[in-house]
Amino acid sequence: MDFITFIQNVLNALQWGSFYALIALGYTLVYGVLRLINFAHGDIFMVGAYISFFVAGFFLGPLAGLSPAMTFLVTVPLTMVLTACVGVTLERIAYRPLRRKGAHRLYVVITALMCGLILEYSNLAVLGASRLKFPELIEKQIWNIGGVTLTNLKVMVIFTAIIVFLLLQWVITKTRVGMAMRAISYDKFAIPLMGIPVDNIIVITFILGSGFAGLAGLLFAMSYPVLEPFMGMLIGWKAFIAAVVGGIGDIKGAFVGGFLLGFIEIGVVMVFPSTFRDLFAFTILLLILWIKPTGLFGIPQSTKI
Amino acid sequence: MIRKSLAILALGLLVATPALAAKTIKIGFNIPLTGDIPEVGEGSKNAAEMYLADINGAGGLEVGGKKYMLEFIYMDNESKAESAVNAALKLIEQEEVVAIIGPNSSKQAVPGGGTANDNRVPMISPWSTNPDTTKDRPWVFRAAFLDPFQGPVVADFAAKKFSAKTSAVIFDISNDYSKGLAEIFKSSWEAKGLGPVVAFESHGTKDQDFSAQLTKIIAAKPDFIFVPDNYNQVALIVQQARDLGYKGPFMGSDAWGTPDLIKLCGEQCYGQYFSTHYAAAGAKGATKVFIDRYQKKYGVEPADYAALTWDSIGLLVEGIKNAGKVDKNPRKMRKLIREGLASIQSFDGITGSAKFDEQGDPIKCAVVVKISNEGTFVFEESVCP
Repeated sequence: MDFITFIQNVLNALQWGSFYALIALGYTLVYGVLRLINFAHGDIFMVGAYISFFVAGFFLGPLAGLSPAMTFLVTVPLTMVLTACVGVTLERIAYRPLRRKGAHRLYVVITALMCGLILEYSNLAVLGASRLKFPELIEKQIWNIGGVTLTNLKVMVIFTAIIVFLLLQWVITKTRVGMAMRAISYDKFAIPLMGIPVDNIIVITFILGSGFAGLAGLLFAMSYPVLEPFMGMLIGWKAFIAAVVGGIGDIKGAFVGGFLLGFIEIGVVMVFPSTFRDLFAFTILLLILWIKPTGLFGIPQSTKI
Repeated sequence: MIRKSLAILALGLLVATPALAAKTIKIGFNIPLTGDIPEVGEGSKNAAEMYLADINGAGGLEVGGKKYMLEFIYMDNESKAESAVNAALKLIEQEEVVAIIGPNSSKQAVPGGGTANDNRVPMISPWSTNPDTTKDRPWVFRAAFLDPFQGPVVADFAAKKFSAKTSAVIFDISNDYSKGLAEIFKSSWEAKGLGPVVAFESHGTKDQDFSAQLTKIIAAKPDFIFVPDNYNQVALIVQQARDLGYKGPFMGSDAWGTPDLIKLCGEQCYGQYFSTHYAAAGAKGATKVFIDRYQKKYGVEPADYAALTWDSIGLLVEGIKNAGKVDKNPRKMRKLIREGLASIQSFDGITGSAKFDEQGDPIKCAVVVKISNEGTFVFEESVCP
């Protein structure tokens, strides 16, 4: 294997890892605050991709008639806002009532799984099984630098993942909202007594997580322009595994875990026959968890009752 | 008193139902209405509805001097292997059908065929090209040619058209159709002695990123890439290969032949070739009549699976006629139909005429089509065994 192929695969892994990282960030954010594994997150990502499809379709269509580049600029914020609404709605109608009733966390996780299935099958019922083709919003440029090819889209995806990570890291560690989030995860019974509106903070968490899932959905639809109702399932599970390997609850862990999974998946194909990809990739992850059960950046926690 | 008469009435109805049922022939369809290839299920169903309207509109199917209505039951197999088995069992046990049409793709037809054979129910797969579907299964038949024939067709065509010396393959490891065809292509390419298969890479059904496999393929510098994959994956593979700087041609197989390929792949698939069962453009005779009627009714050109479903029903009808009578007992009827099907020597369908060998497989011609710059499938050449 020569050097150019190696560099090419590093770029491939960076792009693929970016999607894992973006989705893993949403898992870890919600887990960090609520200790809830939001299994519907992969499907919120899928909904984000569909929302971006319809938003882009509307602005490209005869009613608005914007140019593809303008459409892209409008689609990014709109998709994020609308997907955030979906996430918050889920929280309002599915998770909050259970939390109010003091249900065990396990039931909320199961509810999340069901919410994911509801999103998938309601999509299937409304839009049918036929796949959708995402329109091209940014004119694709393929650059060839010394035998290594990359596209403008690839570069954009990688930078977006890095920027989103830095932004979330800043929100969590430097702002008052972030401090409240960390506080809730530390002790959710004492926090309301300190005058912190827990429900509002949780809503903000869902806005952040789902909003960036929407952004990931849009970028994914642009990179892999075939949409189907179950597109979020496998990538969602894998991103969840990435978040766990990175140390769930930790922003840095989700980011590193996402890229790690991307690199492992691409790396296995690079060295071994592609038939073994998932087998080898997940064996490596298992070994990591075996050595460090809390994940790369996770810290052991004692459960509070 | 009233209650008693009601009970007698209900009893009468119960007795009457089987007698009524004997007037109809129940046929099951095991097709992918949702899942990875919903387009295929829909096309099959459309063709079946057309056939049903023809037969029942003419007062039913005449078997042994009596007319029987046909009843079609459509069961979704979600494009999954395990669901194909469940759908087949449901059709056999709950619906008590006398024969099954489908599954279409080999991924479902290989396990589905096993179920039908074990339960002694005649089954005809319209679209499956993998040899295992019918191999050593006396109850299973098909309407399409086989991959051991399709593989060499592709290899010969590509060698001639692209003056290719080397080739590469990317296929779906979890799909019997894709894997089987990839392996047959590899051995038939190597048998030609022009050059090696420089890369032989696989992926999973739900995969969306193929960059690592394609990087490996492109680094091996093949003269063309053979992609025996479903249309949804073809769209992603072609685009990603172009993004990675591949400029050479692609060659596809019969799974490419759906209008959805053009919708999903767009201009990037223009100019590529694939082997298939028939070409709608430039058709003549009965094929043209079918295409025109289908187009008028559903507004789209029928893809190969729709035409093959039509031919499968035609085969089945022939088999039922050969059976000579309709037995009320579904088990006996199934046996009669199987014998009727096995006795068919040759069949003139809209996808060409075919002769049948001892495995129940047709021997028929394949065509290679080119995807034109308008996104239509244009006849390029016909290859006969």
